[in-house]
Amino acid sequence: MAHPTPTHSTTSYFKLIAWGGASLTMYAFLLFFEQPILALTSQGKWFFIFPVLIAFAFSIVHGNFTAEFWERLGFRANK
Amino acid sequence: MESLDFIHLTLSNGLYLFIVGFVGGLVSGFIGSGGAFVLTPAMMSLGVPGIVAVASNMCHKFPKAMVGAFKRAKYGQVDWKMGLIMGASAEAGVLLGAHYQELIKQHFGDAGSNLYVSVAFVVILGLVGGVVMRDTIKTYRSGMLEEEKPGRLAQWVQSIHIPGTMVYFPSIKTRISILFTIPLGFATGMLAATIAVGGFIGVPAQIYVLGMSSLMASATELVIAFVMGVGGTIKFAWSGYVDIRLAMIILAGSLFGIQLGAIGTTYVKPFMIKLVMGVIMLTVMVSRALVLPVYLSQLQWIPAMDSNTMTLLKNTSFFIMILALATGAGIIIVAILKGRRAQTNSLNMLKQAA
Repeated sequence: MAHPTPTHSTTSYFKLIAWGGASLTMYAFLLFFEQPILALTSQGKWFFIFPVLIAFAFSIVHGNFTAEFWERLGFRANK
Repeated sequence: MESLDFIHLTLSNGLYLFIVGFVGGLVSGFIGSGGAFVLTPAMMSLGVPGIVAVASNMCHKFPKAMVGAFKRAKYGQVDWKMGLIMGASAEAGVLLGAHYQELIKQHFGDAGSNLYVSVAFVVILGLVGGVVMRDTIKTYRSGMLEEEKPGRLAQWVQSIHIPGTMVYFPSIKTRISILFTIPLGFATGMLAATIAVGGFIGVPAQIYVLGMSSLMASATELVIAFVMGVGGTIKFAWSGYVDIRLAMIILAGSLFGIQLGAIGTTYVKPFMIKLVMGVIMLTVMVSRALVLPVYLSQLQWIPAMDSNTMTLLKNTSFFIMILALATGAGIIIVAILKGRRAQTNSLNMLKQAA
């Protein structure tokens, strides 16, 4: 869907690809090494820090990717 | 540490969680909460143990709420001070709510616990959802869709001065006593621990008791959900219950959804937030009311039901719950598309005029 005033610069596409690539890599890593990662994150006690840190890391990387994704599709806040 | 059976992930159940996560995120980004209630049963329908489903839901919720809160803060919709103060008291409510859940489970078993949760759904969503829906209809009929004024209760709360407890909140541009915000946060946490969606009390309370606008209340709820989510995740991860794969797959979908839902709030009139919330609350109430006889029968408080009827009622209830979320998401998407079309038209008119 095209936005009324699109501004598709090379930098913004680069950002989309960079965040998307990083997000994809993280998900591939999580699923490829699912057993050792599950073993680490489900140990309990002070190991609680691992699921919390993983969640923060994914939220930053994937959050930036999804923001860029909608931006490039033309879904921007109405000012 | 007891050994947990984490499910084998397939492409189809991964996709299923991604889609449910997206729809849940879309609703949360728009009304501040409401997406989580369907995720726990959705995971359990894949064979995930209940406690792992609750824990994984919690672990996807706090990063989602954090992203949503920052996004909506960019639009000037978040009252961080209110969110953090209410979030702290909500955390206490979560702990007490979880304690009550454990007590009920000890005394009445799984059926008793399910009955307690369903009664909470029906009573609270019926009452609060009814108030929200009534107000939405009243606003629509009045034709004043842009304007939101604090009601009588909120005006009274704002007029009370209790020395030593007054705090200035930018969202309402006045000082109110934290002796009002603390119990509201606490109730939000209690509800979150009981039905997984504290925002069904948190958002209406901020609108009708504190006098915040729908936009500010729904955005600030994301801060409260973040604070509650971090505490809840630590609690469950301490016992090793989080399935990080499930949590991150749901997060993958929900971050797409929450960004879009947040953008959507900038295209709609404030009453749309109340409309979506009211519709979801009342539909979910119907869904949970349907399964009440099942749990009453399991507790032998009413004559026994045959297993086919129980399965039918449970499946219908689950279907209506998904329908509630889908209806909310549908209203949001239509509202966004309409808002964008109106914006495009007005820009075209301006261009033509120039």
